[in-house]
Amino acid sequence: MSAPNAFTSMAAGARDTLPMIVGASPFGLIFGSLVAGSGLLPWQGQAMSLAVFAGSSQFIALSLVAGQAGLVVIWLTTFIVNLRHVLYAATLLPDVAHLPARWRWLLGFLLTDESFAVMSGYYRRNPKAPLGHWYFLGSGLSMYLNWQLWTLLGLLFGAAFPGLEKLGLDFAMVATFIAIVVPLLCSVPRLGAALAAGALAYVFQALPYKLGLLAAVAGGVLVGLVLTRWRAGACGLEEAPR
Amino acid sequence: MNLTIMVLGMAVVTFAVKAGMFILGERVAFPPLLREGLSFVPVTVLTAIVVPMVLSPHNAGLELTWRNPQLVAAVAAIAVSLIFRRQLLTIVAALAVFFTWQLGVLG
Repeated sequence: MSAPNAFTSMAAGARDTLPMIVGASPFGLIFGSLVAGSGLLPWQGQAMSLAVFAGSSQFIALSLVAGQAGLVVIWLTTFIVNLRHVLYAATLLPDVAHLPARWRWLLGFLLTDESFAVMSGYYRRNPKAPLGHWYFLGSGLSMYLNWQLWTLLGLLFGAAFPGLEKLGLDFAMVATFIAIVVPLLCSVPRLGAALAAGALAYVFQALPYKLGLLAAVAGGVLVGLVLTRWRAGACGLEEAPR
Repeated sequence: MNLTIMVLGMAVVTFAVKAGMFILGERVAFPPLLREGLSFVPVTVLTAIVVPMVLSPHNAGLELTWRNPQLVAAVAAIAVSLIFRRQLLTIVAALAVFFTWQLGVLG
């Protein structure tokens, strides 16, 4: 294998995000197709995808606009729905803190559930990778451009693709997340944390604004910490996964 | 309400939430307990996203049945991952099982 450079690292980041790019596409299309009925102008819908770039909060904003919610309510809801990214950023921070400011602004803007999943796996396999930020950029930028494309297609032709959400393309995200998580469950605390989070997420799934997800993560982390103290000897992050 | 202002405000809020921590960079120092807690974030958040999508894919209660393609394919994905420990193989196998089940078995 030839030595990786910026371009090959970016390509690798995009490649490893590909299943989730496929999975996100129908949501972009559906978002675009819902803009017309919400009261936003088409260009405002595209501007939301360009400037906000956070799917769940974009969908919720459309429904809030349609329901005549006020500005502050919409902004506060956006804050709560996207709050999980603070956890993602905090988790990835040790691997990006050394980068120049313009990189940290850019990678922060491009952060999504999907790129967090890819990056947390990547940094675990390649701690201190000198080109990790290019890999991150490849993952984030490919998600970003794909989101713009499918938003636009939804704005233009949304009504022409009925039933797309029923194909189950979002299962690509499930498959990728499982492929990332299972190899990480190599210690009792991590397994316990994941099982607790999964159970809590199921129980709390009806809570609005992703609050159930936040509660599940909080509960899972707590279980992980307790189990670590209860039986010492976790598999460390240093352990090579392959 | 000015919807352009709304979109811009959402962009500012989202950017602050996503990038704030990155922008602070090395000025942020987490206490050891918090660092240890954060090490559980990947496994907990990814599991928490996946479990409801697999167990109740239609947001209409528990679908703990072989007729739920999400569940069948997720179990297959876990098995393939445990046996072969290969990420791409796991994803491809899971998608193959999912679409075979959805289109072929249940068709």
